[in-house]
Amino acid sequence: MLGYTITQWLFGILSFLAIMFALMVVFTRNPVNSVLYLVLTFFCIAGHYLLLNAQFLAVVHIVVYAGAIMVLFLFIIMLMNLNADTEPRKHIATRLIAGTIGGMLLFVMVGALKGSEQLQLVHGGSSQIGLVKNLGKVLFSEFLFPFEIASILLLAALVGAIMIGKRDTNINSKETN
Amino acid sequence: MTAFIIYKAIMCVGIFVLLLASAAYATLWERKFAAFLQDRKGPSRAGWGGLLQPLADGVKMFMKEEIIPNVSNRALFILGPSLFMVTAVITSAVVPWAKPVIIGGQTYDLQITDINIGVIYLLGVASIGVYGIMIGGWSSNNKFALLGAVRASSQMISYEIPMGIALIALIISSGGSLSLKTIVEGQDAGLANIVWQPLGFLIFFICALAETNRAPFDLPECETELVGGYHTEYSSMKLGLYLFAEYINMFISSAVIATLYFGGYNFPFAHEIYAKLGLAEGSAMVSLIGFGVLLAKIFGFICLFMWIRWTLPRFRYDQLMNLGWKTLLPLSLFNLAATVVVEYFRGNIHF
Repeated sequence: MLGYTITQWLFGILSFLAIMFALMVVFTRNPVNSVLYLVLTFFCIAGHYLLLNAQFLAVVHIVVYAGAIMVLFLFIIMLMNLNADTEPRKHIATRLIAGTIGGMLLFVMVGALKGSEQLQLVHGGSSQIGLVKNLGKVLFSEFLFPFEIASILLLAALVGAIMIGKRDTNINSKETN
Repeated sequence: MTAFIIYKAIMCVGIFVLLLASAAYATLWERKFAAFLQDRKGPSRAGWGGLLQPLADGVKMFMKEEIIPNVSNRALFILGPSLFMVTAVITSAVVPWAKPVIIGGQTYDLQITDINIGVIYLLGVASIGVYGIMIGGWSSNNKFALLGAVRASSQMISYEIPMGIALIALIISSGGSLSLKTIVEGQDAGLANIVWQPLGFLIFFICALAETNRAPFDLPECETELVGGYHTEYSSMKLGLYLFAEYINMFISSAVIATLYFGGYNFPFAHEIYAKLGLAEGSAMVSLIGFGVLLAKIFGFICLFMWIRWTLPRFRYDQLMNLGWKTLLPLSLFNLAATVVVEYFRGNIHF
């Protein structure tokens, strides 16, 4: 089809959708719609992982980001009852400055990634590297230390969140049944 | 290639019809079962002994006036029930329904797709299933609906964690494969997984009850507090989709439990019985018998779901959260640790 393979077509369509939904996240005024567009963006990115033969990463991406984190975002936004009316309209100067700074960031990132297609792959390996078995083996042998460090980081964040979220112990002891 | 597409299309349509038909008759069976437990007759007027009741219910749902609240977000209001129904149905894609059948030298798996991450796929679909409820509850612009949606989301997230850990223990003891087909085939030769995972099964079953929003965990639609819960503003077939999807969820949860813990389409002494009947492995008859056995197991679990619903009262919300976080989560972690120890002595784990 027009000189492209099916994979290239899928890549193009998924990229287009991902960028479009990501833009919609920013442009919609309603916070709930923003979150839902972000979920769609995550699905597109999961599609990219599938194209890279990383099935485990794709499904875990959906379980963790779309299925848990975004649900909590939605949960908070619904509880606070945010909608388009409560969204404050920023001053025109603020918007111009924010737009300029964002554009410059984009410029820097495009510049930084320019020429990355010429880099040599270090861990090119086989196309099966993304399967659960291979991923688990690599994760628990070669990259065990960073993996454990990441889990300790998460644990610290968890304990911190509990400490902040903890209420007065007197109220808590009354509520136990 | 064309044959492959035709075969997959037949599988998809067949399983879709199976799901719809079984969910429709599950509604009738639920009412009959409740009537039996409460010593009355249940629906008996439509058709022979009430057999056409689901049809009458469906016609009623379609003919009712459809009301969309003016202040609601119209697009999301329609998206809610549709999404809930879609996520209910697509779980069935990885369930193996019967033994592969060999026709004309070609082996046909009676499963829509055998992906090697089937178990995580199930968790993923279960985790996005909550969007249907949340979107519907929020877009109704109704306090009760919103409360129901918020309850549903926190409940489903809480119970996904012990469910996932119970599944990890199951995967360790069933040989380390995430493909449902491999898990079922492993139980064909050996014992059913329930023998090695009794506690894991209990945790998984309780979590499945919570994930399908069935009693005693049906707080999102708790009518004594929240009118109708997340579907308060819904009417006509949109309400029908929500109610119907619950039965599809129940059917597929039963199928998944039967597949993971009770051997799926396998049954004790299957090979001896097939040999005695003179049936060759891979013949259509063997697949049909296996499919019947799986359906019988599913029916048994559906009865268990209903029995629990009509026997136990509903939890209070803090009790629900305490059960999830303070009982099931430590219990599932203990189960995981115990499984690792047991499997080490069985020789399935090597360090």
